[in-house]
Amino acid sequence: MPRYHPIDALFDLQRALEASLESDWLRSGTAGTGSFPPINVFQQGDTLVAILEVPGVNKEDLDIQAKDNAIRISGKKEIAYPQSLSVHRRERLTGMFDRTLTVPMQIDTDAIKAEYQDGILTLFIPRAESDKPRSIKIN
Amino acid sequence: MSPQELQVQQKREVEKKQEPTAPARAFLPATDIFETEAALTIVMEMPGTDKGNLDVSVEDGVLYVEGRVNFDNYDGLQPVYTEYNIGHYRRSFQLSNKIDQSKISAEMKDGVLTLVLPKAAEAKPRRIAVS
Repeated sequence: MPRYHPIDALFDLQRALEASLESDWLRSGTAGTGSFPPINVFQQGDTLVAILEVPGVNKEDLDIQAKDNAIRISGKKEIAYPQSLSVHRRERLTGMFDRTLTVPMQIDTDAIKAEYQDGILTLFIPRAESDKPRSIKIN
Repeated sequence: MSPQELQVQQKREVEKKQEPTAPARAFLPATDIFETEAALTIVMEMPGTDKGNLDVSVEDGVLYVEGRVNFDNYDGLQPVYTEYNIGHYRRSFQLSNKIDQSKISAEMKDGVLTLVLPKAAEAKPRRIAVS
């Protein structure tokens, strides 16, 4: 019996999107072009919710800027290794990151909210009022 | 030295020995392990796991770490663009018997778990005076 998991639905949807849209997201041409941190974007009503995994990054080391329909997330991840006798395993990566998320709609940059908890950065990006469709009454 | 650009690490899925009964994926957290004279320190990245959703146990000399992610946070969210998978975290390590298992301490910050496993007294190197 096939097992269903909600996250698998993400990937099905992504494949469908990529096929149909050729992705309007993350267009090049902005300063930040890195691939870290990985981003998932969701929609909740008229708000886009971008969720980024940045474990081990201090809140103070995260810089978020928004202009027009682009949001730039930059910062650094550092690990303070103690003086140790030996290192058995080192899988965690450190370094600088700079990434720009471009969304395919007008957004209200002043109303963007950011939360950081448990290594997850969540951005709430509201659609601009001017971008929302208006219903037109028929006289 | 120019600052190094951080790369995305692909998540590795846990290889299952038994068939799972819960319909959730589990991934191996990226882990650093280093040793000092006093202790073995294990650092694991588990974004999305808070300390209330963490299980650390030692059984038969094996350290088991399990971190769960709260999928409720994704309720009512419709995905439009995705790059990474979400799942729980699970990993286990064989400990040497030099560890004082009663003194293991754990700390969680920004999605990173730090476990400090102090060495048993008899395992610490002793300086032997030459008379």
